[in-house]
Amino acid sequence: MEYVIEMRNIRKEFPGIVANDNVTLQVKKGEIHALLGENGAGKSTLMNVLFGLYQPEQGEIYVKGKPISITDPNIANRLGIGMVHQHFMLVENFTVTENIILGKEITTGGRVDLKKAAKEVKALSDRYGLSVDPNAKIENISVGMQQRVEILKTLYRGAEILIFDEPTAVLTPQEIHELMEIMKKLVAEGKSIILITHKLKEIMEACDRCTVIRRGRGIGTVDVAETNPDKLAAMMVGREVNFKVDKTDASPKQTVLKIENLVVEDARKVPVVDGLNLEIKAGEILGIAGVDGNGQTELLEAITGLRKVVRGTVELNGKNITNHKPRKVTEAGVGHIPQDRHKHGLVLDFSIGTNMVLQTYYQQPFSKHKILKFPAIFEKANQLIKEFDVRTPSEHTLARALSGGNQQKAIIAREVDRSPDFLIAAQPTRGLDVGAIEFIHSKLIEERDKGKAVLLLSFELDEVMNVSDRIAVIYEGKIVAIVDPEETTEQELGLLMAGGKKQKAGDRSESH
Amino acid sequence: MNLIKGRLFHILVPVVSVLLGLLIGGIIMLVSNYNPISAYAALIDGIFGNGYNLGETIRAASPLILSGLAVAFAFRTGLFNIGVEGQLLVGWLASVYVGIHFDLPKVIHLPFAILAGAAAGALWGVIPGFLKAKFKVHEVITTIMMNYIALYTTNGIIRAYMLAPGERTKDIKESASLASPWLQQLTEFSRLHYGIVVAILAAVIMWFILWKTTTGYELRAVGFNQHASQYAGINVSKNIVLAMAISGAFAGAAGTMEGLGTYQYMTINNAFTGVGFDGIAVSLLGANGSVGIIIAALLFGGLKIGSLTMQSAAGVPTELVGIVIALIIFFVASSYLIRWLTNRFTKGGKI
Repeated sequence: MEYVIEMRNIRKEFPGIVANDNVTLQVKKGEIHALLGENGAGKSTLMNVLFGLYQPEQGEIYVKGKPISITDPNIANRLGIGMVHQHFMLVENFTVTENIILGKEITTGGRVDLKKAAKEVKALSDRYGLSVDPNAKIENISVGMQQRVEILKTLYRGAEILIFDEPTAVLTPQEIHELMEIMKKLVAEGKSIILITHKLKEIMEACDRCTVIRRGRGIGTVDVAETNPDKLAAMMVGREVNFKVDKTDASPKQTVLKIENLVVEDARKVPVVDGLNLEIKAGEILGIAGVDGNGQTELLEAITGLRKVVRGTVELNGKNITNHKPRKVTEAGVGHIPQDRHKHGLVLDFSIGTNMVLQTYYQQPFSKHKILKFPAIFEKANQLIKEFDVRTPSEHTLARALSGGNQQKAIIAREVDRSPDFLIAAQPTRGLDVGAIEFIHSKLIEERDKGKAVLLLSFELDEVMNVSDRIAVIYEGKIVAIVDPEETTEQELGLLMAGGKKQKAGDRSESH
Repeated sequence: MNLIKGRLFHILVPVVSVLLGLLIGGIIMLVSNYNPISAYAALIDGIFGNGYNLGETIRAASPLILSGLAVAFAFRTGLFNIGVEGQLLVGWLASVYVGIHFDLPKVIHLPFAILAGAAAGALWGVIPGFLKAKFKVHEVITTIMMNYIALYTTNGIIRAYMLAPGERTKDIKESASLASPWLQQLTEFSRLHYGIVVAILAAVIMWFILWKTTTGYELRAVGFNQHASQYAGINVSKNIVLAMAISGAFAGAAGTMEGLGTYQYMTINNAFTGVGFDGIAVSLLGANGSVGIIIAALLFGGLKIGSLTMQSAAGVPTELVGIVIALIIFFVASSYLIRWLTNRFTKGGKI
């Protein structure tokens, strides 16, 4: 059997760490091959070895049966290996065509022939059913479209083997579905795909075979048709994983957060939250489902005092907190696990210990008369590190040096530890592996069971449906429907999120 | 293990930079037909050779420490204060004004004059800070412009209200002076004054504010990540203004070294003193740390004072020391190069 790509017994060491140890990856022509592993398992390292960014200490690489040493990315490109990056490498104010040909421009008489290039891009796009407008500007097209431009970029450069690095992290459910279709079309046309992911659902849906890495070691390769998500998860984590979120029924009590007729504008003075009403009760998790860009971010910023409320009120435990400063909101009893943990959640260049007191550093016992009390700070940090299983060499390690999952655990530890009456969890599991997700979900439910009100914002429908007790669907800055996760379906939610009317769910809840 | 390596590297960069600067400076001397060995011998003699030279070195280092602290403090809070020079000038003038126009016992007059200088520098720093916080005007541009305003305003004020014969103000009163006959006598009648004590005290203050207080925590948080600071309820605008005020206060205090220490008056300056700009180099070489800045300022002060002897004893022009200083800055700034070189030597090329 000949493989298009064969990496045999790869070993890659970094000072103090073995990132890859005896990993073998064999990709057949025309298949979608999943590379599965937890965060930090060594997937990216392996792909960087294939891409020529790292040199392995041991092992061989064969491309189409021939042994090859890939010493820099140019060689990988020439061999037809292309990478669709997770973070897009696009020039925002260039058109699609300009981006695609960048560095490989078609010229006639020294001038860039954009017309001819656009035609080629169009032809390529049609062939794989990407339906990309070659003349649109990147800044004006959706994230899903931008990703297709990235795909086109690799195809334009003659890629035969495409590596997708966690491509669905930034997509909506619809876009994910479309991407899967595109990938199937690509392999039907003879391309081969390596899909780096830790999402089992995607593997089950689209992949042919799956190679699992755990803590740098190659665990094995399985046929997707002969396995199931439970087995894959067990291979990835090394133990049985519980997918069903264990929780009892909620017993909601008094209203904790009450939002009335809220209007919030974005930077362009467009009302992105437009007359929104919402109530969240003690002892329940309210999930917000919606396509990104329907006012979710602005809603959370308005509640927490980071963005000005134009009209309407926000009440916490009956007290008006509309347009209060962030610190006053925090002190009133709001915990906030922010959407972007690097931008808002952490000061990455502070130690993880000092990040643990980001909301409380000015209070006793962490400071007195404006003098910081480091013993108390680090004692608290160590307690939280233990309690929330934050894996860090020490409390003095820079937050930057931790993996995404551990950074997130640190933020959750900090916010939950203050025991706020109202906890906002915005995309709390974004980019995390199943182990960390399980932990974070259980913490959210634990808070709920303690009688706290929890607001969960997530773009993963599974997560919203599994964790929430009630789901509020947001569309164009309004809550358009509130549904029971037990009774709704992904299709119904998808329809509501796209602005459709709630009919079936209404009928059903009436019949109860 | 990694942490120690990181620390070691932080110390290694400036040390290697200085050595490389001296080495290449020597090569330039050689090419220019000067004898580098006798030049450096004269330079060292010019720094440590006698009490007078040593006194002058420490004297020259005192304002450099403060201007270095000013740059470093702003840098630690995410700001580039290029306006140390202007803040220094207004601080100089304010301290001299208080020194001339008040009649107080020394224990009050001297601290009062120093604080007046620091306050004037702080005020001069607050303006760009405010413009940044309120209107997002980049502080590099405003601080540079504030330098020129400071230069011509201080000159104008001296000319209009404080002029004494010799294009300068009157001398300050003895009660506001940092001068010390005892230190002068100790150093064979150099101009050494108590300013060095003020400078070292300021270095301790900077370290304390930045690393031990909630204010420093907030300032550094804002410097690293404004979004996270805002999220944590820290007032970003207030902290930007405060950072510039404290930075400006250090710069203003640097001005008092000249006004109350070295000169005892203020002259009409045709051009910038350069002490403020040298602060950028000092802070860079000192890795923005209190101890590093003291050492770097002493080095730069020494090179400047020593270059005078180098010229008179070895016939090598002082400008060559300027080249050496520039080379040192160059190597610190390109620390990547040094990282690469040390890796080459220690690990046989593996990174």
